[in-house]
Amino acid sequence: MIRMVKTDVKGDYLERDRAASKPRTKAKLNLTAGISKYTVLLGLLAFAVIILYPLFWMVISSLKSYDEIYNNVWGLPSVWHFENYATAWSMGISSYFFNSVVVTLATIALVVLIGSMAAFTLSRYRSKWIDAALIFIIGGIMMNPQVALIPLFEILTWLDLINTRWALILTYVAFRLPLTIILIRAFFLSIPKELEESAIIDGCSEFGIYARIYLPLSIPIILTTVVLTAFFAWNEFLFATVFIDSEILKTIPSGLMNFKDALRTDWGVLLSGMVIASIPMVILLVILQKFLVRGLSEGSVKG
Amino acid sequence: MARKIPLIPTLFLLPSLLFLGIFIYFPLVQNVYNSFFDFSVFSPTKEFVGFASFQQLLQDEVIVAAFINNVKYAVISVLFQVFFALVLATILEDKVFRRIAPALRVIYFMPVMISISVIALLFTFVYNPQMGLLNSFLELIGLENLATPWLGNATTAIYAVIAMSQWQSIGFITMLFIVAIQKIPKELYEAADIDGAGKVRKFFNITIPQVKETMFVNVLITVTGSILVFNEPFILTGGGPGFSSTTLSVLMYEQGFGKDNMGYASAIATLIFVLSAIFALIQIRVSGTGKDD
Repeated sequence: MIRMVKTDVKGDYLERDRAASKPRTKAKLNLTAGISKYTVLLGLLAFAVIILYPLFWMVISSLKSYDEIYNNVWGLPSVWHFENYATAWSMGISSYFFNSVVVTLATIALVVLIGSMAAFTLSRYRSKWIDAALIFIIGGIMMNPQVALIPLFEILTWLDLINTRWALILTYVAFRLPLTIILIRAFFLSIPKELEESAIIDGCSEFGIYARIYLPLSIPIILTTVVLTAFFAWNEFLFATVFIDSEILKTIPSGLMNFKDALRTDWGVLLSGMVIASIPMVILLVILQKFLVRGLSEGSVKG
Repeated sequence: MARKIPLIPTLFLLPSLLFLGIFIYFPLVQNVYNSFFDFSVFSPTKEFVGFASFQQLLQDEVIVAAFINNVKYAVISVLFQVFFALVLATILEDKVFRRIAPALRVIYFMPVMISISVIALLFTFVYNPQMGLLNSFLELIGLENLATPWLGNATTAIYAVIAMSQWQSIGFITMLFIVAIQKIPKELYEAADIDGAGKVRKFFNITIPQVKETMFVNVLITVTGSILVFNEPFILTGGGPGFSSTTLSVLMYEQGFGKDNMGYASAIATLIFVLSAIFALIQIRVSGTGKDD
């Protein structure tokens, strides 16, 4: 403020300032500001409770017996039934979990590899063919799983891939590629040309430029891609339900539905399974939160 | 004409083009093609029926009911997620709450990290008529006459499903707004402070104009998501009771894989594509995806 007054020649700021603070006295200002601050804070905390409580309830209830979940909704367990977790694990969650891990890792590996290769070409060359390829890839964003569902079911039936993990891996890769290529390409465009020019003088091949210069430099954007892809593959429900019938190949999202039907009243075990299903993503996203937020805001696509 | 592109980079493009061609563009064309035929999932032949499926679609009252549900989804989600999330993000970025904001951000974001199948199963417990958290809570504060079997009641089912979506997605949209607000040049707010502008005025005169583009993109994301919504109603209510909480995607699935009317299901999918593509195109234009700057 003082500085402002000093640099102020015409007295503009001073007058405006006086005008702004005239109607209210200082004490009154502090009081109303204080009250509204605490009202807002209370609102924020209440909202936090609404968000957090169901998740907290899920964890607490996963350690209860059926009777207690039913008759004592709010309380802590009288006996902590940790065996619910062992039961859930042995009753099928372990195989859903394994399938989800395999499908998610394979999807990530393929998306990063194939996507970064395409982004490399699209960022370094210009021709009408390259432009056309770029439009072709960006256009892929408009497609959604619902519309592709029946044709994909036909294609996978022809290829004899229904009821295999490939049914999910291949379709997940295809649906993740457009956004991945766009994100990585944008990053590749920012890599200075001088780097590769000196590499070419040293006799570095095209493949060498990709593998030794571009990939190592783009670790941050690749991590973003990894997080977004993991998030998608781990949680995808529609394809996982339609393309996989066999109990032993189901991933967690579709597997949990079977689990629910199989258990009927064994709620503690079901809730344990739900908690187990949630843990890996929460851990991954907490560790890589920075990359997730960046990816979400750049990609702006709901997972 | 640009210089000739060497072989290796050309090969680099091929896998992506193949993947998109086989699993995205071919299904799109195939789906439109299927819309003109009548067939069941394992039948070797498809019977050509012309526009019959589309005519049926226009006269189908259930389609209208589902579409209205999609519209309800979109309107409520835009109001709640886009406007409420913007206010929430503004409050969280306010200097006053600097100490507590990081913790709150993580809490609000938690449901986003959890699989929709887990969330939907959890909400069957929240909405359970006998022991559900919601009815138990209403009882606790003496409003038991408001308690109802939320998912089994044809008037409340769709709103119960929509409410769950808001609960899950609010943190996501809030996070997008926080990123946008953090990009606003600090000088703007400093200048407003000097002019003696209050928080509300700063919100309307600086924050909103500065995050307008993010707002628009968030509206588009939310509307597109509402047109496509499948998991939430499918898991929570299966579209019931009756068709009271069904959506276009749920109907498409039911017609195709439930009743084996693959041709009609394809026509519904074509409708879904047209509706969502309009918004996706706008989004690509607005966010300037793929531009070189």
